[in-house]
Amino acid sequence: MSTHKVGLVIVSHSAEVARGTAEMARQMGGDVTIVDAGGDAEGGLGSDVAKIMAAIEKAWSPAGVAILCDLGGAETNSEMAIEMRGGDPGAGIVVLKAPLVEGAVVAAAVAATGASLEEVRAAAEEMAS
Amino acid sequence: MPQDMKRLARALIEACADTIAANADRLTALDQAIGDGDHGANMKRGFAALREAADELAALPPSEALKKAGMTLVMKVGGASGPLYGSLLMAMGKTPGVDDGVDATRAAAMLAEGIAAVKARGKSDVGAKTMLDVLVPVHAALERTAADGADAKTLAEQLKATADAAAEATKPMRATRGRASFLGDRSIGHLDPGGESSRLLTHAICDVLVGEMAA
Repeated sequence: MSTHKVGLVIVSHSAEVARGTAEMARQMGGDVTIVDAGGDAEGGLGSDVAKIMAAIEKAWSPAGVAILCDLGGAETNSEMAIEMRGGDPGAGIVVLKAPLVEGAVVAAAVAATGASLEEVRAAAEEMAS
Repeated sequence: MPQDMKRLARALIEACADTIAANADRLTALDQAIGDGDHGANMKRGFAALREAADELAALPPSEALKKAGMTLVMKVGGASGPLYGSLLMAMGKTPGVDDGVDATRAAAMLAEGIAAVKARGKSDVGAKTMLDVLVPVHAALERTAADGADAKTLAEQLKATADAAAEATKPMRATRGRASFLGDRSIGHLDPGGESSRLLTHAICDVLVGEMAA
């Protein structure tokens, strides 16, 4: 077990949904870093690559970062943000294929135990299967 | 970059930004019918940013200009269109030989690279009622016309006609990717907004190229 915990980024088209989801996940997440990145650059509904990139930096942990997102554009922008950040795209940052709220809560609970990024991913993605 | 290439780059940016701005409300209306209604405003913001950066972009070699323009769209457009159009341009800029001059054959190779990136980024392909349903037929027409050695005017007319027919052909399609896919059968009977923006950009680019050839 690592002393470092996986960080979480919550991406929603709505800033309020992202904030609320992060808040729910924090109830389960102990000292896990959970950063919300909701809405477009102007505060409207949408998703924003720059905002997601900044959230990844804030959530960054040597154990990795897991991203949860709601709809297609949020996922596309999250994948774009990982790529724009540079480095090996597969290393350390993953977009989880899980429902936003349930996935975030499970990911936070599992990350809080000091689980690896792969374990966090497996637990959250089980929600969707 | 040589002066004529600089002028061409500026003209292409201006024409794309103009057509997007002029049609933004219509793109938004199309997107309101089957999506989240942000396509026009998002594209307008992104292409306005390209217009602002036109001097800087025109001074770069084409490979660098396309990369920077793509990144600008990624950062400014938002929605899924930003990463999709951004990936299109960035991948076009990575095509081997882009800085050695672009003829129709190389333009076809660039568009092929761009389309591959859009497919990967959007996890999509033709038939899903997306921009790919316009870009892929336009690429096929470009490849065919380039092989025939057609002059610029003929090439432009064929590409524009292909784009028109392809955009229209998205109407009866049922969306399986993007926000419109949530509507299922209700997406049938509407033009795809992404297909329409790709059609508009194809027209703008063809018109500039023909104008430059004539100049």
